Amino acid sequence: MDFLNALVALSNFVLVPAIAYGSQLALGALGVTLIYGILRFSNFAHGDTMAFGAMIAVLVTWGLQAAGVSFGPLPTALLALPFAILGCIVLVLITDRLVYRFYREQKAKPVILVIVSMGVMFIMNGLVRFIIGPDDQRFSDGARFIVSARDFKAMTGLREGLAIKTSQGITVIVAVVAVALLFWFLNKTRTGKSMRAYSDNEDLALLSGINPERVVMITWIIVAALATTAGVLYGLDKSFKPFVYFQLLLPIFASAIVGGLGSPLGAIAGGFIIAFSEVTITYAWKKVLTYLAPEGLEPSGLVQFLSTDYKFAVSFVILLIVLLFKPTGLFKGKAV
Amino acid sequence: MTEPVKNTLLFAIVGGLILLTGFTQSWNTAILILNMGLISAIMAIGVNLQWGFAGLFNVGVMGFVALGGLAVVLVSTPPTPGAWSAGGYGIVLALLLGAATVVAAVLVATRMPKGRAQTLAIIAILIVGFFVYRAVFDPSIAAVEAIDPAIAGNIGGLNLPVLLAWPAGGLLAAGAAWLIGKTALGLRSDYLAIATLGIAEIIIAVMKNEDWLARGVKNVYGIPRPAPVVGYEVDLQQDPGFIARADWLGLDPVTASTLSVKLGYSLLFMVVLLALLWMAQMALRSPWGRMMRAIRDNEVAAEAMGKDVTRRHLQIFVLGSAICGIAGAMMTTLDGQLTPSAYQPLRFTFLVWVMVIVGGSGNNFGAVLGAFLIWFLWVQVEPIGLWLMNLITTGMPDGSALKSHLIDSAAHMRLFTMGLILLLVLRFSPRGLIPEK
Repeated sequence: MDFLNALVALSNFVLVPAIAYGSQLALGALGVTLIYGILRFSNFAHGDTMAFGAMIAVLVTWGLQAAGVSFGPLPTALLALPFAILGCIVLVLITDRLVYRFYREQKAKPVILVIVSMGVMFIMNGLVRFIIGPDDQRFSDGARFIVSARDFKAMTGLREGLAIKTSQGITVIVAVVAVALLFWFLNKTRTGKSMRAYSDNEDLALLSGINPERVVMITWIIVAALATTAGVLYGLDKSFKPFVYFQLLLPIFASAIVGGLGSPLGAIAGGFIIAFSEVTITYAWKKVLTYLAPEGLEPSGLVQFLSTDYKFAVSFVILLIVLLFKPTGLFKGKAV
Repeated sequence: MTEPVKNTLLFAIVGGLILLTGFTQSWNTAILILNMGLISAIMAIGVNLQWGFAGLFNVGVMGFVALGGLAVVLVSTPPTPGAWSAGGYGIVLALLLGAATVVAAVLVATRMPKGRAQTLAIIAILIVGFFVYRAVFDPSIAAVEAIDPAIAGNIGGLNLPVLLAWPAGGLLAAGAAWLIGKTALGLRSDYLAIATLGIAEIIIAVMKNEDWLARGVKNVYGIPRPAPVVGYEVDLQQDPGFIARADWLGLDPVTASTLSVKLGYSLLFMVVLLALLWMAQMALRSPWGRMMRAIRDNEVAAEAMGKDVTRRHLQIFVLGSAICGIAGAMMTTLDGQLTPSAYQPLRFTFLVWVMVIVGGSGNNFGAVLGAFLIWFLWVQVEPIGLWLMNLITTGMPDGSALKSHLIDSAAHMRLFTMGLILLLVLRFSPRGLIPEK
């Protein structure tokens, strides 16, 4: 029995990746949940909004790299992030003005808005492919690891190494900062309060003189910032590929729904629940169990419950279980 | 202009566009567009049944289409020698055990009194069942996948005529739809959408990874053709009667044989489309169709009139998905191979939605028209985009980075155009080209 090595192996292969992935999902799910709370539809174009924001970050990063600008050990993409957010804000505001506003004025049914968002999804997907192409793009630079497995082994003398990638550390820090800012904004500022009021009860909010168009505009701005951040962090951690962002739609929606659509706190919880279940269920537990099991009882197989290709199935099953037993999600979301 | 005249004109325009392709590009392309248009039209009828008649938001079309393709492999290919005795029965046993586990857990969940004992019993059943299932399943699939992995490695099919695979595809999709509908149809529209989106991804993941089933990403080639109707090019080229007829038309035998094979498919597909269209039309006009639309327009009122909304929804969900399954089986037959990695949600789910919305949801003829039109555009936007890009970039110097980038990117204009068409139709003609009556 070797508890310490088991713990390190567990952190290295499960905890650290799941925390990073969970932060990315949480940021994505926050965007979905805000749109749902304020504009009252499920935005199918969210994955492609993330892709668009991340694409601008990739392009600006390349520009900065070409100009010889670097951010020391940190990835240059962090410097590009503000520009990317600006670009994404411009895109979603134009989209809202040209597309969604018309249906808002018509008071169209939510399902119509979902179909409209499918059209927007096509357009954004096409735009991204048109500008940067459908291939993999790497844009991370700077130091690759905060702690590398070899250093960790030398430092502690353990048999297992613990590696923390720079991108994972940055993901967590940026996500914490973004979430803190968001909650401060929603709970402390006048605009944030008016947003929550509008989300809780549209008619009452209108009666008390809240300007709906302003609320909607600010929502889009926040959503664009969150989506771009999530997209850039995911791209730094894995790599940038337009199609992957589309596939992220499922775990992101699962996170938002599991937490309760419309509830920001729920989106964060949902993101981590989905990420941890995905990673733990598709991880081969052989290594950890070998350390933990008593002498002679080590598992012979991989002890992997599902192959990694079935990670969609995990988010989906959790989604179904939550929907069947607690349809409003863990944190009491709303139902239109 | 009266309604029928306008509709006939619309169909004539789309037919003219396809004919124009034949005259200006090649007849091969034109007939390919026609064939895939026919298949798309069947998918559109399926989606229209669910969305147009009943207002069900199914974005898992791709999954049902893929299941239809799977059925073709399982029905029409020859069985792999030795696979059944090596592990086939073991796999069936394992799947039965897995199903028994789920059924037992559901029974405990519904029959036992609520409480800690029930929760523990469910968890115990699931865990024990899972390990028993894996213990039977893993060695069986390893045995099957070990058989000649370069060309087989799967259990193969039943070696039946491929035409039987089409209804089988429908049945397989219907079975999956029944399972999904049982669990997910009680949910609100948004949730149903996400649930079906997920199911489709899972079906594709299963098809990609379970090599014993249909070789996974190694693909299945050489699926038999519905030979008596379609024939094979090589046989036709050696048939003196065929050569004489080709000569009379002024075609060389090779071109004529490829055209003849494709037209054979067109004929088959047309028969299926007309049959399904007739059935959908009868259903729409029947009391059942009126009830469906009543449920769609006001669920509460329909329920108050004594209609069982959940069961009707399940019924139409299964029917619509079965039609998508049939279309999927037809498509795999046309391709002659099953390529699980070719199933993309944008192409097989969302594009079908664009077809239904553009054509006119709630109207079967609209869905069919939309399918032909959108499929034609899907194929033709690429050459048009290339032409456009060449036009735009004529002023730019040769070899400039922007020019080559623009020309290379022309291929990606497809998605952009489809989105634009969808948004324009939704905005300016939300009921589609042929609106519901």
